[in-house]
Amino acid sequence: MSKARVAIIGAGIVGASIARVLSRYENLEVHLIEMGADVGWGVSKANTAILHAGYDDDPNLYPNRAKYCIRGNYLWRKWTKQLQIRASWNGSLVLSFSEEDEEELYNLLERGERNGVKELRIIEKDEIQKLEKNASPSATLALWAPTAGQISPFEAVTALVENAVENGVILHLETKVLDIVEDGTRITKLVTNNGEIEVDWVINAAGLYADYIAKLVGGSEFKITPRRGEYFLFDSTAEPKVSRILFPAPKPKSKGVVVTTTVDGNLMIGPNAIDLPEEEKENKETTQEGLEEVWRDASKLVKSLPSKSKVIKTFAGLRPEPTGGDFIIKPHDSLLGFINVAGMRSPGLTSAPAVAYEIPKMLLHLGARLVLKKNWNPTRKRIIRFSEVSNRRKNKLIAMNPLYGNIVCQCEMVTEAEVVEAIRRGARTIEGVKLRTRAGMGRCQGAFCRAKIAMILSRELKIKPWQVRVKGAGSEIGVGDLFSLLHE
Amino acid sequence: MSNKRKVVKLICIVCPIGCEIEVIVENGNIISISGNKCPNGEKYAKEEVFHPKRLAFTVLRCKNGTMPTVAVKTSKPVSKFLIPSIMKYLSNVEVSAPLNVGDVVVQNILDSGADVIVTRSLDLLERNS
Amino acid sequence: MCTYDLIVIGGGASGIAAAIKAKELGVKKVALVDEKSYLGGVLPQCIHSGFGLVYFKKDLTGPEFTEKLVQKAKKLSFDVYSDTFVFKIIYRDYFEKLVYTVSKHGIKKLKTKTIIYSAGCRERSIYEIGVVGSRPSGIFTAGEAQTLMDIYGIMPGKNIVIVGSGDVGLIMARRFALQGANVKAVIEIMPYPGGLTRNIVQCLNDFNIPLLLSHSVLRVIGKDRIEEVEVCKVDENKKCIEDSIFRIKCDTLIISAGLVPRVELLEDLGISIDPLTKSAVVNDRLETSLPGIFVAGNALVVNDLVDYAVEQGEVVAQGASEFIFNNGISAAQWKKIKLNGNIRFFVPQLISGERDVIMYGRVISPEEKVKLEINEIKKEISFFRVRPSEMIRLRLNKDELSSVKTKSLTFSISKRSE
Repeated sequence: MSKARVAIIGAGIVGASIARVLSRYENLEVHLIEMGADVGWGVSKANTAILHAGYDDDPNLYPNRAKYCIRGNYLWRKWTKQLQIRASWNGSLVLSFSEEDEEELYNLLERGERNGVKELRIIEKDEIQKLEKNASPSATLALWAPTAGQISPFEAVTALVENAVENGVILHLETKVLDIVEDGTRITKLVTNNGEIEVDWVINAAGLYADYIAKLVGGSEFKITPRRGEYFLFDSTAEPKVSRILFPAPKPKSKGVVVTTTVDGNLMIGPNAIDLPEEEKENKETTQEGLEEVWRDASKLVKSLPSKSKVIKTFAGLRPEPTGGDFIIKPHDSLLGFINVAGMRSPGLTSAPAVAYEIPKMLLHLGARLVLKKNWNPTRKRIIRFSEVSNRRKNKLIAMNPLYGNIVCQCEMVTEAEVVEAIRRGARTIEGVKLRTRAGMGRCQGAFCRAKIAMILSRELKIKPWQVRVKGAGSEIGVGDLFSLLHE
Repeated sequence: MSNKRKVVKLICIVCPIGCEIEVIVENGNIISISGNKCPNGEKYAKEEVFHPKRLAFTVLRCKNGTMPTVAVKTSKPVSKFLIPSIMKYLSNVEVSAPLNVGDVVVQNILDSGADVIVTRSLDLLERNS
Repeated sequence: MCTYDLIVIGGGASGIAAAIKAKELGVKKVALVDEKSYLGGVLPQCIHSGFGLVYFKKDLTGPEFTEKLVQKAKKLSFDVYSDTFVFKIIYRDYFEKLVYTVSKHGIKKLKTKTIIYSAGCRERSIYEIGVVGSRPSGIFTAGEAQTLMDIYGIMPGKNIVIVGSGDVGLIMARRFALQGANVKAVIEIMPYPGGLTRNIVQCLNDFNIPLLLSHSVLRVIGKDRIEEVEVCKVDENKKCIEDSIFRIKCDTLIISAGLVPRVELLEDLGISIDPLTKSAVVNDRLETSLPGIFVAGNALVVNDLVDYAVEQGEVVAQGASEFIFNNGISAAQWKKIKLNGNIRFFVPQLISGERDVIMYGRVISPEEKVKLEINEIKKEISFFRVRPSEMIRLRLNKDELSSVKTKSLTFSISKRSE
């Protein structure tokens, strides 16, 4: 049987979700193409990690966002279990501090009703305090959305890609699409820095660069503006934490600075929202003013934030804001084979599974044939976290593999076995190991473990220690062996 | 060393006090030393003006050891100006485990009168077949 | 389950010294646990000299100092658990603690009467000093760079900027320069250097490395690897002076901005913490607020001399052996140490007045011609000069303390009247 060749450009949460869904089909040869050194290092790497309930998006202004968010929220419950992705469904509170805010809450409630959000309601002061001990006592009302949740976004992307690859998807890393070739009617191939790939279908899930990819085929003119948001991450022992996701009343530009405790137990506050020039698609710099804004706004939502001395990291992420503000999910007007899945700004992460299921429908509509596999594997096992299992299980693990007895990251208690497992599952860099194991995410931020991880990567990848990269190309941990500069 | 009178200002590094010493040099000879609180300072100043010496410390590449490097030092202070050359020379020296503290790895390096000796022992790496 | 009289957690200078002293004092079952495959903590990577001037009366390198301690230890019989990580401590009762360890041999639960906690410090990260910008590679803490170079033989970079002029930063400036790197500047936020003058001379002046006092690093610029660092001059309040911002091109940024005691396992037990030292509140046996748990070395207070860390190791060994042989430390009219004037901290924070005690402290800012007074015992010590980077160590004798009737002793530093 000849297979139809599908290329998904971009291995972020959306591309990876589509890859998983398309891997169910026997007659598709799916290529997942990622220009970064690892999957999920674009928008998916730095965001608030929330699975929104679905009341934020006006179905008149943003019909795709409204439709896919609530569906995605529902689908993630199954996907996180199948793929063993860390998630928590603790619910969100949008707090009001003025009459204006309260009016906005009622708007959200009405919108939520229209979008089909369940169990959404407005609550008063004492119920707010019961649900969230650290909520600011100045909050007059809150919109309580028990269906909202949180996820580990990097775990989600890596889990999806592992599952997709296990089911036959071909992953191309450090592969940048330079041109898309068509024969007048339909797409024929992709030209990349690693050679050409013949394709029948191209799915543009290129995140911040979706507009550049769309330009390669012309037609739909949209821009993706990077919208930068800064965050503070606190040490796991920092108190007080919050048990719900706390939002302020939203503004047109963004849902506002959130206070939340991540699925790994770290208090996190952010993001602000600064629109950058369209070309600055890699500008993830934190700024003094931005961080101050985040701290100020976050403080309003809670009784108190922990001391600044408990901050272990500040970082920034970028959202891909599209022209028009709604997800752009549609096939090319005239060219057969090209489908845009662009502008996946908030609630992009939440919507990903729902959007992914749209793609086979679109392909069928466009004339593709799809044959389901008989033995598609829906599950994926997570990397066992040694620090979280019982002492008895710890002993069993060590007996089976002594590398579980070697602690590499002391702050998060990550073992050499987990580091090696991460490498086996695709990590090629120190950052890749960190995102799969949490090694380097603790109080010391890698000062004690980076060198050890570099030596393990050097051994496993059979490269010189100084060639080990922290992140992508050009981020090697060293410039040579200790004597290399004296030989110059 | 000129024929003129020169005032050299030094900070003594013998002990944590760090006396600010002033040395007056004339015709290549030390005329006076002042500012030191003890005789060690005077001794230091005399040497530092014309023959500044330092101990040098580095690591060498080492084969077959439990660590990739072995730490070494010069057995006594050497001319400060010789140290970059010593570092360059040592960058080409490779040794083999096992090594013990005190082992001489280079004798009389670059004619300085000092040996290069091991300061951190290194065991042989047991290779399990 | 193995039962001990004493478990020493952390096999650096103070830990090894504590285990040695404990055996010398007759403590029977002693264990020393360290997470590395070798003993000595950071000493084996401190390949420069300056260690042991007091303890061995020799000027040794870090590894040589370690070797001498280890040789001494080998003559005594105590269990050494290497490649073993302590992940939990449980305080069952005042005479029984449990120490949970993990190694390739499995999880071990060790029972003990006393614990000496000597697990050292960690280094502050770039985030803790408020630097913003991008997060490229090429940013290391000083100790991390030292490990990469002098344990693993990796050259971290070529064009170096160092943040912090404490001894650690100065030593690394020299280390980089000796290996052929171009050390462009050492940036120091205070108007005075953080380290010893001798290190300014040997590490900076010898290599013509500029020291920028009253300067602060604001921002990191770079995509995959750091390319530039943005720096500014600061005023007396450490605030950036607006039009003084400039950039230094570099490919490596070394953060040497201070050490923080690693006492998380003790914090989990709920011991009292002194916010001034960020470590345990201790009495004159260096015992924490939990009976039979002692802290020594850099985990107690960041020491500038390894000799002091070793001394603290010996003090806690005495405390532990007293605890073991007397079924605990005797109750006492503990006197609180109060601080007045130019003092950042003093340790121990509680003294019994019934024995000699060695006090370790630091001042907040440099000052000349000062006196340290302890009014309650009418003690006055003159200092020609005090500096935050030079620890004050003073011994108070049982005799001079026995006269104290108050519940506290006030340490005061003020200018001497001439």
